[in-house]
Amino acid sequence: MADSFFNRGFRPKRSSPHQLPPGQYETTDFPVLTAGPTPRIALSHWEFRIEGLVETPVKWSWEEFNKLPMQDFNPDIHCVTKWSKFNTHWRGVSVDTLLEHAQLKPEAQFVTEFSYGGYTTNLPLADVLGGKAFVGVQFEGEPLTPEHGGPARLVVPHLYFWKSAKWVQGLRFTAQDEPGFWERAGYSMRGDPWKEQRYLDDDEEAGSGALRL
Amino acid sequence: MSRLAWQQATVTAIRPETPRVKTFVLALPAFTPHLAGQHYDLRLTAEDGYQAERSYSIASPPEQTGEIELTVEFIDEGEVSGYLFEGVAVGDALTVRGPIGGYFVWRGAPGAPPLLLVGGGSGVVPLMAMLRHRQRVGWREPTLLLLVVRTPEDVIYQAELTALALSDPTFQLVLSYTRQAPPGWAGYQHRPDAALVAEVLARLPPTPQCFVCGPTGLVETVANALQASGLPPSDILTERFGPTGR
Repeated sequence: MADSFFNRGFRPKRSSPHQLPPGQYETTDFPVLTAGPTPRIALSHWEFRIEGLVETPVKWSWEEFNKLPMQDFNPDIHCVTKWSKFNTHWRGVSVDTLLEHAQLKPEAQFVTEFSYGGYTTNLPLADVLGGKAFVGVQFEGEPLTPEHGGPARLVVPHLYFWKSAKWVQGLRFTAQDEPGFWERAGYSMRGDPWKEQRYLDDDEEAGSGALRL
Repeated sequence: MSRLAWQQATVTAIRPETPRVKTFVLALPAFTPHLAGQHYDLRLTAEDGYQAERSYSIASPPEQTGEIELTVEFIDEGEVSGYLFEGVAVGDALTVRGPIGGYFVWRGAPGAPPLLLVGGGSGVVPLMAMLRHRQRVGWREPTLLLLVVRTPEDVIYQAELTALALSDPTFQLVLSYTRQAPPGWAGYQHRPDAALVAEVLARLPPTPQCFVCGPTGLVETVANALQASGLPPSDILTERFGPTGR
């Protein structure tokens, strides 16, 4: 396709004071994008697990989880369906804090987030370490609602937001990169919005002509 | 060429569906048969290089080869839909890539369970691709479309859906008008609730596979009611569009 192509008469209508990743636009709402019905989890039955390639698998009840050290996070979030939302306010527990209780084995290279309702998503280990990921339990000062993934969801704001599992139940650390729910349906294994890695074919290592959907 | 490469489609027809909805027929240089329910990404480029992308569901069935139909709702202040409505004519080029999505899809396999489709407004678009595919392959398991609209003029594909309901005894069309019904209307006139969901379920043999597409509130209500009625969550497939999710 010629690089000089443009749509005659098309001019931006939206403007944003923020720097947007390619193909994104800013919204001030918080749209809900979920596959399937919204699971409802009673706090008395809720638990969060760290498992897989760790020295000591851990399990917290809701009460125990809420005694872990919490931090405030104010990330920008980017959804693969093209909206970005800037300066959101969350409170939660960083994955680094959680891993202090479990200790990773050296073979661990990837992580699968798994959720109540059966959702999974995968990402490289480095994307959840060093303050880059947390389990959020409050959004804009209120308990996180079920529609947005409450009681707790993962938040990995530097990647497209499907990598931030709603209704998260735990993290499983693995040696291999195991495709999750959307990834098996043709979405990117990494999902970096700044590289516009929306689909598998956008991944840097993706071959050409592959039929993956 | 990678399967999801951008390509330049040519607009071969533009059909008004309702005052706020148009269907764009796009001839594709590289057509890939899609699955009913999948979407395409569409990208507009301004002369200064600025780009905007949106996703649009495919309305045409995979049997309609060489082209796709995208049905687009005009969104107030919509950057992309506004240009498509006002700035695009037959013969123009539009940049697209797809088909995309492997979850909200219906294959019409022989022996597949009955089908319950629930659409709110333009949420009917991917469901229409399923119905058109169903017709083309001659799939005849009982199928019901519950279509929720504000007013009579908001019914997309009205003539085609009505004709289908009259000619195919295995297909039922159920409409609910939430703001204004046609004169003499004796049917539903409210947003779907658990009772309405139970009534449409009762019109189908057990156990249907359900596809629900529309605004978040409608999808939440319907999917929760379907789940509460005992359907397994894996048989309830949803696609939501949020307040500004476009």
